[in-house]
Amino acid sequence: MLKSLSSLKKVAVLGAFAAAGFAQVASASTTLESVKEKGYLSCGVSTGLAGFSNPDDKGIWNGLDVDVCRAVAAATLKDASKVKFVPLNAKERFTALQSGEIDVLSRNTTWTLTRDASLGLNFTGVSYYDGQGFMVKKGLGVKSAKDLDGASVCIQAGTTTELNLADYFRTNGMEYQPVVFDTSDGTAKGFDAGRCDVLTSDQSQLYALRTRLTKPDAAVVLPDVISKEPLGPLVRQGDDLWFNIVKWSLAAMINAEELGLSSENITAKKESTDPGVRRLLGIDGPKGKGINLDDEWALRIIEQVGNYDEVFQRNVGVDSPLQIDRGLNALWSDGGILYAPPFR
Amino acid sequence: MSDPEGASINNTSSGPVNRLLNSILLLWRDASIRPLIMQAVVVLLVVAMGAWVINNTMNNLETRGISTGFDFLSQEAGFGILQSLVEYDESHSYGRTFTVGILNTLLVSVLGIFFATVLGFLMGVARLSPNWLLARLSSVFIETFRNIPLLLQIFFWYFAVLAALPHPRQSYALGDALFLNLRGFFFPKPVMEQGLSAVFISCLVAVGLALFLRYKHRKQRVETGKGISGAPYLMAALIVGIPAITWWLSGATMTFDMPELKGFNFRGGLSIIPELGALLLALTIYTAAFIAEVVRAGIESVQKGQKEAAASLGLKPGKTLSLVVIPQAMKVIVPPLTNQYLNLAKNSSLATAIGYPDLVNVFAGTTLNQTGQAVEVIAMTMAVYLTISLSVSLLMNIYNKRVALIER
Repeated sequence: MLKSLSSLKKVAVLGAFAAAGFAQVASASTTLESVKEKGYLSCGVSTGLAGFSNPDDKGIWNGLDVDVCRAVAAATLKDASKVKFVPLNAKERFTALQSGEIDVLSRNTTWTLTRDASLGLNFTGVSYYDGQGFMVKKGLGVKSAKDLDGASVCIQAGTTTELNLADYFRTNGMEYQPVVFDTSDGTAKGFDAGRCDVLTSDQSQLYALRTRLTKPDAAVVLPDVISKEPLGPLVRQGDDLWFNIVKWSLAAMINAEELGLSSENITAKKESTDPGVRRLLGIDGPKGKGINLDDEWALRIIEQVGNYDEVFQRNVGVDSPLQIDRGLNALWSDGGILYAPPFR
Repeated sequence: MSDPEGASINNTSSGPVNRLLNSILLLWRDASIRPLIMQAVVVLLVVAMGAWVINNTMNNLETRGISTGFDFLSQEAGFGILQSLVEYDESHSYGRTFTVGILNTLLVSVLGIFFATVLGFLMGVARLSPNWLLARLSSVFIETFRNIPLLLQIFFWYFAVLAALPHPRQSYALGDALFLNLRGFFFPKPVMEQGLSAVFISCLVAVGLALFLRYKHRKQRVETGKGISGAPYLMAALIVGIPAITWWLSGATMTFDMPELKGFNFRGGLSIIPELGALLLALTIYTAAFIAEVVRAGIESVQKGQKEAAASLGLKPGKTLSLVVIPQAMKVIVPPLTNQYLNLAKNSSLATAIGYPDLVNVFAGTTLNQTGQAVEVIAMTMAVYLTISLSVSLLMNIYNKRVALIER
């Protein structure tokens, strides 16, 4: 009798141990530690969006969103190339970050209350100020978004675009037919095939998608902007140190532009007596201690990735295929709204 | 009845704990009860494990600040859906998007199953046809479509269909009623203005009477060798006549809502979107290729002697097939056919690739992303597919029992 009872007990104890063992998995070390241990940064990007995150013919990722991740890698791992890019579609992106598959999500993602408050994620700042626009075929003779009553509209699933579009047509008392694809490439193909009259997305994306059409010249982007789309990187909620590192990596690039520091003049500027420059480069001031990094973290970002203007011009600026003007994304001192907190 | 104290077999101390242990031991030693105890323990462990997984998930979601619960189902969805079988616009709730998604999935699945069965049977029979050309054409069809991934076929049909169609302003038109263009196939929508329910009920009554007549007709034919004379005509007369008379008596009026080109698109009327067309085409052809093979296997499982016996009785090849071969083949055909139906229903979720608003596209796509409640949304979506699959299985099992009984 004792034997059988004790064997039952054993089963119960084993079960309890198994449960405890699973529970252990949930608690993990901080993101900074795990990134350093892995030796690379895992960065969620788009499945291919020219100017923001797009692999070139050698498979090397380029783009503004990509450079934000490279900056974080330069700050934490001392090497901007130590990034593993994980391509995600709009539907997968938040789950990938929540589950810990990626460390940073830098994928032209609009900062909204719902996403900030109920996904267990935090936006670390704004890397690009965008707005939703419309692209139409020239032949339709449409001059403004107000002429779009009754149009079929191609959209990407799981974006704020879908909601803005519905709001816009509803408030203007117009009808539309949404044709929803799961990738931005799908929307471009649908538009190209004539399935819809209009392709709607963030304006920056419209320019990028236009380059993929069979006849890019036959399509125009309408001047109307119907929403605010502040795009920025996200991290998981609850790791404040990591949140600060990503936030200040972006701020370092913007401050560098403001102070006239670039990857080209940085070596010379190391001798600068300007207190602002000295603080950013970690010679004086708060340095890297508060965010558990060495003092030269910001210096490396500028050296290896560049300041915000360099990143912008290289990827989406007037010399790139996208030919986007700085516009809203100019520094606050140049008539834009780009503004980063100071290094003090 | 003896005194329980005195009757105690155990002569050690008779405390309540010991007595309890004794009775447990007795149960444990009972060969008929022990397996029950073991099973109960296993069930308890499984349930406890499941409860722990759910509890752990909820806790983790909460500590990570991710919203949980089903409150989102009553929130306003705020996004549009291309095709809906029930009333839907942006102001409806996320719960409504769930319904819209399910109905769209069911629509394409049911239509797909119907067309795939018809085409699959034709192809399967054709493959065994003595006509060389027919048999070869059918083989080519089967081998081609069975061996190309479904997703590619969906893309192919979608873009092939789109490429073949004109812009709405240059639609193919049949009169002022039917239009075919890039935005879909548009046709007039019948609008019943009054007396609708009476006509509808009379239709049901007519079909019921016709079925009863058919049953009587068959019964009499089996019993006497001769059915009710003119039964098919009588049935047709019932089905057409009763609703027509009701219509005339009730004075119901019907008008048509005609599709009309206004601005970019046709407004009014009913339409079939190209996504539905392409998806249906791809699912039908792909599944039909498999069903054809299932049908061929079933037909080949019927012994040659059966066909020869039928031929020697003077039955023509068509009659041999429909009266002798197919009824016996059904026993072999139905179980794998069920598999194909289940595959089709599940494959319909590939709709999301071309933007057909099925459950995965609408609910597990947009709704999931706008609310961020992945666990709830995916669980609900899985439950729907499980329910659809189990229902199809159940129906097919019932049917299978019937064909199996008839055969013996």
